[in-house]
Parts: sequence; structure tokens; C-alpha cells
Amino acid sequence: MKVLFYYLIFPGFLFTAVAGMLASWVDRKVTARVQWRQGPPWYQNFADFVKLLGKEIIVPRTGKWIFLISPLLGLASVSIVATLLGRTLMNPSESFLGDLIVVIYLLTIPAIALILGASASSNPLASVGASREIKLVLSYELPFILAIAIVILKSGGLIRINDIINYQMINGPILGSVSGAIAFVAAILCMQAKLGFVPFDMAEADQELMGGTCIEYSGAPLAVFKLTKQMLLVVLPFFLISVFWANNLSILWVILKYAALLVVIILIKNTNPRVRIDQATRFFWGPMTVACIIGVILALIGY
Amino acid sequence: MNLKLKALTKSIWVFHFAASPCNNCDIEILALLTPRFDVERFGIQLIGSIRHADVLLVTGVPNHKTGPKLKELYAQVPKPCFVVAIGSCALGGCTFRGSYNVVGRVDEIIPVDAYVPGCPPKPEAMIAGIVKLLNSLKVK
Repeated sequence: MKVLFYYLIFPGFLFTAVAGMLASWVDRKVTARVQWRQGPPWYQNFADFVKLLGKEIIVPRTGKWIFLISPLLGLASVSIVATLLGRTLMNPSESFLGDLIVVIYLLTIPAIALILGASASSNPLASVGASREIKLVLSYELPFILAIAIVILKSGGLIRINDIINYQMINGPILGSVSGAIAFVAAILCMQAKLGFVPFDMAEADQELMGGTCIEYSGAPLAVFKLTKQMLLVVLPFFLISVFWANNLSILWVILKYAALLVVIILIKNTNPRVRIDQATRFFWGPMTVACIIGVILALIGY
Repeated sequence: MNLKLKALTKSIWVFHFAASPCNNCDIEILALLTPRFDVERFGIQLIGSIRHADVLLVTGVPNHKTGPKLKELYAQVPKPCFVVAIGSCALGGCTFRGSYNVVGRVDEIIPVDAYVPGCPPKPEAMIAGIVKLLNSLKVK
């Protein structure tokens, strides 16, 4: 019963969904102000969500079940990550050994759900979007996992988020060391790609692929995909905070750190053009991976 | 008014279909979506896929090539969906009425909910047309 409450209401689904919609509104509002516009009102994302729930759902003849199940798959996995992280930050004794690895796996699933759904719709533009998404996942996972490996090396082989937080509370944040800073920058850029924001939004590129992976979705499944993206906008920065920057976890500091990360995400989004998929792959496998490997070496020799 | 309709009036995603116009109306529609008029503050967004659309903007005179496409496109929109005909051509054919390649007006092919006259209509006129459409929804 208690577990269900955690999963569905407080740190899990409902709380993260509301927080994600508000964070997404902040993103849209700041983007509007950057472009000298007024921007949407605060309830805009809620109105979008309710409206999409009321629309007709059109299902293509091919792959009905996968088409309808894949949005729920992404939503469920993000909710699990939100529950795990939320409980760890509030009540550290409840985490289990290896939850860091579980979280890394679960954070990949929304992208896989998007690929499955796009492929099931059998639309040529959606399949182009899906192939770009696959390449993007392959590109950013390598530096992302290397960045997390730096954290594990720095903290002396800890793979429990709770232990990593305790280590940082005693020894200062992992972000404070040279290798930790390199890993943090790499993780922020991977987060941008995981969120599907500009400059790494080539999978759903509105102007060239007309919505890309989501092109055949309408009504409630589209609403669920949008909601998953908005929840990731909350979950990913909190994951980075707890892994890299957890020296002080009072509520005020957590909110300030989250706001700082959100500002970084929005600024990157607003000051860059969309890159091509080959440029993104070259960027992640070239400079990012080399920087992360240098970080791993620095972490091994103690910097 | 129920919640569904209320949410729809607060969040309108627009799909733009050019049924062989002279491109003047399209340029004005693009002007409408620039920061100067900022329609995102009313929740209006231009989207790429017909499956996400709530409002279909149609410009130009439907001819033998674009007329059937318009009908097909209207069948693909998830309902409820509204159609706004933009410009004199879409309303009545204008100077192209009776031309050899013209199928007819837009409202002879699909049901139209709002008409915005003008050649081309100003962005302000389009906003006025959308507001009238929304008010007619609120009465329902």
C-alpha cells in the first residue's frame, strides 16, 4: 500500500508530472522572454494535456499493441526512477545496493519506447525519426556511462546512490574535483540529448520531419509521450544533483541547484541551432568520449 | 461548457494547408506566428503533423490536384477539429472563380467553421477570426 502511494502519488508519478509540467512551462516562458515575447500562461501545459486526452485516438493498422503500449512503457520507467530518487533523497535508508545501475538502465527506456512506437506506426518519416533516435542513443550512452564511471571511481567503488550522497556530504561534492567537473559537463550535454532538446532534437525535428517519432500519434498516447518528456525534465537534473552535487541537501539548496541546472539546459537550448545526426554522433564519440576517458585516468590517479 | 472544450479553447495547435494559393496568405500566416504577434500566449502553436492538429488553416483555391488532398487531410485529423478558411480565394474563389482547373470553394469540399476575408488578410484579422471561432465554441 505504502509502496503504491510512493509510486503513484508523492515522489513518483503525480508529483513528478505536476512538477514536470511547471518546469516545462518555465522553459517555454524563458524561451519566449529570450525572443522578446510574452509567452504562454502557467497552466498552458495542463491545458495541452487535458485537450489531448479529449481528442480522438487514431491507431495505424500495423502494430496496434506496440503502438499503444510503448508510451506507457516510457511513462512507467520514468515514474520508477522518480520514486527511487525521491525516496533516496528523503529517506536514505530505503535504497538498495546497485540502484545507480538500475537508474541508468531505466533512464534509457523512454528513448527505446519512442523508437518502438515510431517503428510500429510504419510511417516513413517516423522511421527516419526512429533511426535518428537509435543513433542518438548509441552516441550519448557511451560518454554518459563513462561520466558515471568517474563518479564510481572517485567515491571508491560505490554503486548505491545513498552511499554516493553520504560520501559527498563528508568529502565535498564530486563536482569539486578536476575529473568530477569534466564528468559533470559531459553529463549535462548527455542530459540535453536525453531530453531531446535543441541542439540534439533531430529525432523529432518539427521543420524537417514534421514531428518525427511522434508523427502518427494523436490524443492520449501523444499526451503520455509529452508527459514523459516533461517528467524527464525533472528527473534527470535531480539525478545529476544527487550523483555529482550532493554536498548539501536541504530543501532550499536542492531547489536552487535544480533551478541552476534548468537555466543551463534552457540557455543551451536557446543559443544553439539543431545539428545533423552525424555531427551529434561525432561530437559524442569524439571530444566527449576523449574528455571522459581523460577524466577516468585523472580519477584513477587521484585528481 | 465542459472541461474538454475549455481546454481546447486554451490550447490550439494549428496545421497549415496551402491549397494552391499565391503564397501571400501564407506569408501573412507566418507573420502571425512571429514574436511580434506572439500567439503562443493564447496557446496557439504551429505543428508539423496533421495528427496533432486542432485547427486546419486552408489558404488558396482548391484545384484538381489539391482538392482531393484537402478532403483526404480532413479525414486524417483527430476530431474535434475546426477548419478556418483564410483569404478571399479560399472563401469564394476570388479572381480564379470559374477557372478551368478550379474544383470549387473550400466549403464545398469540407465543412468550414470560420472565414477570414482579405487579399491577403492582416494578422490582426486572423486573430479576430480565431477569437470569433472560440466565442462561438463557448456559446455551445
